[in-house]
Amino acid sequence: MQELISHPLFTPLLLTALIVLGFPLVTGYLVHIERKILADMQARLGPMRAGPHGLLQPLADALKLLLKEDVVPAGADKALFWMAPLIAAFTGLTAIALLPFGERLYVADMNVGLLIISALGAVGVLGMTLGGWASNSHYSLLGSLRGAAQLVSYEVAVTLAMLAPVMSASSLSMVEIVRAQQRRGVWFVFDNYGLMIVTFGIFLIAAVAETNRAPFDLPEAESELVAGFHTEYSGFRWALFMLGEYAHAFVICGVTVVLFFGGWLRPFPNVAWLELPLNFAFPVLLIGGSGAATLMLVRKVRRPWQRVFLTAVAAALVSAGLIFLVPAVNHVLIAPFWFFLKLGLVLYLLFWLRGTLPRLRYDQLMNLGWKRLIPLALLMLFLNAIAGLLAA
Amino acid sequence: MLDTFFFYAFALLTVAGAALAVTMRSAVHCAVWLIASLLGTAGLFLMQQAEFLFAAQIVLYVGGIMVLFLFVIMLVNLEAAARERQMRKRWPIALAGVLLLAAGLARSLEEGIRLPAPRPAPEAAAGNVQQIATVLFGEYLLPFEVASVLLLVAIVGAIVMAQREDAR
Repeated sequence: MQELISHPLFTPLLLTALIVLGFPLVTGYLVHIERKILADMQARLGPMRAGPHGLLQPLADALKLLLKEDVVPAGADKALFWMAPLIAAFTGLTAIALLPFGERLYVADMNVGLLIISALGAVGVLGMTLGGWASNSHYSLLGSLRGAAQLVSYEVAVTLAMLAPVMSASSLSMVEIVRAQQRRGVWFVFDNYGLMIVTFGIFLIAAVAETNRAPFDLPEAESELVAGFHTEYSGFRWALFMLGEYAHAFVICGVTVVLFFGGWLRPFPNVAWLELPLNFAFPVLLIGGSGAATLMLVRKVRRPWQRVFLTAVAAALVSAGLIFLVPAVNHVLIAPFWFFLKLGLVLYLLFWLRGTLPRLRYDQLMNLGWKRLIPLALLMLFLNAIAGLLAA
Repeated sequence: MLDTFFFYAFALLTVAGAALAVTMRSAVHCAVWLIASLLGTAGLFLMQQAEFLFAAQIVLYVGGIMVLFLFVIMLVNLEAAARERQMRKRWPIALAGVLLLAAGLARSLEEGIRLPAPRPAPEAAAGNVQQIATVLFGEYLLPFEVASVLLLVAIVGAIVMAQREDAR
């Protein structure tokens, strides 16, 4: 057993299996959480039918998508129509392999890891572009044209913003970037006398634009283009597009956490006395506390089986919280806990933006990208370089 | 063993992709095969342990240039352009060009065969990215900067031409 765990391929293979098998479920629940958050912001309840508080809705949706008829429009380019969702899902899932969830918890650590992630993002847009063209529909074609133009415009700003943390870490490897933040004892977002915050803002705006999420969702603007590039897609192929989109958003949040928020490091990574409150008390209170809060909700649910289900969920949360008290388990789980907590907060920010901001017009999108973000990103790159030299 | 397999797989992808890129009927299909060919080249770079070139090839060619290619192909009505067949009239010149290139390639191949087998490169101390950076910003700084000024001039030229169109 020990021999198996210490084998160099053990963690990568385990994580790959977890990503490939688990991420569709994660996507389902991300969509569910997003719907619930948006509903909350708009004073609605969101999905409530399947399971208590709609907790089984993602499974019901997945079943529906799998059983739907697979429609290919007449006059569609069959080969490309078939291939496009695969490109989107493949690139999204592969990019997750490069995120370090902990000091040793990653599938692959390459010395050009960050570049590979942006390469996969760039290839992923081909899925959208080709899918829209292959559908042989005007709405789809317009959506994919917008997508292509948007990606090319914003990729420059994303790359320029990425360069500042890379300069500070003097490495392109994701693991090495986090280690550099540990060495400097500060998350990069607060580094360089506060200059990096602006870079972080540029990165976040441009990265949201690259994932085609609201307020930059012009390629699938439902009020103008029906559903944009995936208008003609249904059932499982459409689900693959969604899988790719959420994987891409997940990766972007992961990259944000690694580049600016110290990856798997806890806040104040070099202050030793904070270890006990932050690494033990905090997760127990957060996860166990949300379990206890769920327990309060049980009273309001009427149906008996839903009560049992919700109690089970609450019990699972409380025990998941208590498990952090065991030092051996805590040692393994604390790094992914911080990583996913920060990732979740960035993801919440994306949902929040979607619930708050109206969609940009096409000319506003291009103006923001080319005339504001790119010059500002160049200036910040220059200033960060000077500040970095002064600090070193 | 695995390396050999991957080499032939990537080489096949590069060559077959290039061949299909010039023979397919639909312009979008041509672009897709060109993408396949470029990805094959990227794979070959990776086999040479040039990870930076691998990533740059995909980011720049597949992610940037080919997305723009597809954008233009989808935007422009190519059916009308394809019907004109103006390219067909100049095929003797094209054939001469291809033959000249083939002769050049054959010559350098023949020279290459006579050279002694190359020794494997020594294990690099620093990473591939660091090495490229040191060479590019040290030894070849001037050519690198000149090339970027050249590109800048080209971009400014393009903008000026587009502006004139607008003013009319």
